[in-house]
Amino acid sequence: MITAGIDCGAKNTKTIILQDGEIIGKGMVLTGFEQEKAVEESLEQAAKDAGISKDDVQKIYATGSGSKTVKMADDTLNDIQAMAKGAHFFFPNARTVADVGAEEARAAKIDEKGNPVDFAINEKCAAGAGVFIEGMARALDVTIEEMGALCLQSDKEIPMNAQCVIFAESEVVGLIHSNTDKPEISKAIHDAMASRIASIIRRIGVNEDIVMVGGVGSNPGFISAMKRELKVDSIYIPDEPQFGAAVGAAVVAAEG
Amino acid sequence: MAEEQKQEFWRWPESSWKNPEIDWNVARYITVGIDVGSVSSQAVIMADGKILAYSNMRTGSDSPSSARNAFKLTLAATDMPEDRMDYCVGTGYGRINVPFADRTFTEIACHARGANFIYGNGVRTVLDVGGQDIKAIKCDEKGKVSNFLMNDKCAAGTGRGMEVFSELLRVPISDVGDRSFEFEGEEPAAVSNTCVVYAKSEATGLLRKGWSIEEVLAAYCKAMAERIYELIERLGVKAEFAVTGGMAKNRGVMDRLMPLVGLARMQTKWDTQIAGAIGAALFGLKLCQKGKGRKK
Repeated sequence: MITAGIDCGAKNTKTIILQDGEIIGKGMVLTGFEQEKAVEESLEQAAKDAGISKDDVQKIYATGSGSKTVKMADDTLNDIQAMAKGAHFFFPNARTVADVGAEEARAAKIDEKGNPVDFAINEKCAAGAGVFIEGMARALDVTIEEMGALCLQSDKEIPMNAQCVIFAESEVVGLIHSNTDKPEISKAIHDAMASRIASIIRRIGVNEDIVMVGGVGSNPGFISAMKRELKVDSIYIPDEPQFGAAVGAAVVAAEG
Repeated sequence: MAEEQKQEFWRWPESSWKNPEIDWNVARYITVGIDVGSVSSQAVIMADGKILAYSNMRTGSDSPSSARNAFKLTLAATDMPEDRMDYCVGTGYGRINVPFADRTFTEIACHARGANFIYGNGVRTVLDVGGQDIKAIKCDEKGKVSNFLMNDKCAAGTGRGMEVFSELLRVPISDVGDRSFEFEGEEPAAVSNTCVVYAKSEATGLLRKGWSIEEVLAAYCKAMAERIYELIERLGVKAEFAVTGGMAKNRGVMDRLMPLVGLARMQTKWDTQIAGAIGAALFGLKLCQKGKGRKK
């Protein structure tokens, strides 16, 4: 059976095509302001990647903040379920999952079947989501990829006072002017972010194995800070963590 | 070919003023108040408790220099030598960075005292909306603080939040107030996101849906007014009510806030951004009168 999961995120629309339990195609486009168009393009991309026609897809499930506008979806599922099933697909021993996207962060406690048992969300404050790292990268005048790498070069701890993305940008500019090194600043930024995500996770309890999905999971600086913050040796991340929820949606489409 | 200057919509006008009626030569005590905020800095020079001169400028990223710069700018408006100063009080977020201050006072105390000066001794509730914080202060007839609440964690409702929006919509920040009322029909509902970052995305979406800039400004100003009111409501309001800080100059937010408060706000001819520095200078005067001045 061929199913597709489409995750309509605030920044990117991701599609995964699954056939008999294997991922055969992936697509990702910027969501922009026309969700419907982004969904079509994302699915096209994934179908092309899989070497099939999109009409070969038998069932489509959508998830993410824009999922209600996806007319072609057979059904929708909520972000928590999608992220939980996605994490379970890659790591069947996952019991704690966190999904840090562009504008929202979620955590869930999951059982051995990948069903969420408890969850916590931050959707009110941009400081606990990907836009925080993006804004800070802008203030430091580096790319997001460079941000993560820079952070790993420092082991000094400097405190960041501002929680808010907007105030933090001014604080970073001030730090640069007082000649603080970029690696130090990057580390402070990642530590601040990790502390916020960790507090969301602690609301549902920290139980190994811990899995991270969502775009921010690709940032090695962030993962390193998370391990320090949660005081664990291992956090498991799939190769392309931004597809986590889309995978979950495709899996549930196949089950249902 | 003329050089094309990139317009910065968030950049509000800096100012400097000298009182033509005051002669520092006949003053007993010259006291200086410096308010170093995270976004703006002000310096006020007072002669026996009357305003001699003041300046209001952007703090920039270098706090220690901004105190000195604000003071020098103000001094330059007079012909007074720097060492004529009898006392200097620093206040604001960057008050530890006023190296030439004799002491510091909190911005809460200074804003209450300053509001009492610029609005008169009838003021009992002061709302200060600055660059990066919102303060609601209760005071007595002498401008002494009896209670306060503050938000300095979140940009929603603050000057920085407004700067971000003015830049996004490409409207000079001093025009935001008037522009936010320039539309036909019913006043739009407030943007649903409190967070400025999310509100930005929401605003861009509204523009794409065909909303005019003016309507989006109205929706954002409404949201800011509601956010500010949340803090005021928690403290409780007692007449008379006055507003200090830069946001007092933005009628887009103020005219939407006051109906929520249910009172009229007091009026003043003075620049509302200098309230903190005035309060600081007045504390300096008190100390001089108690014999703590620099020399003699």
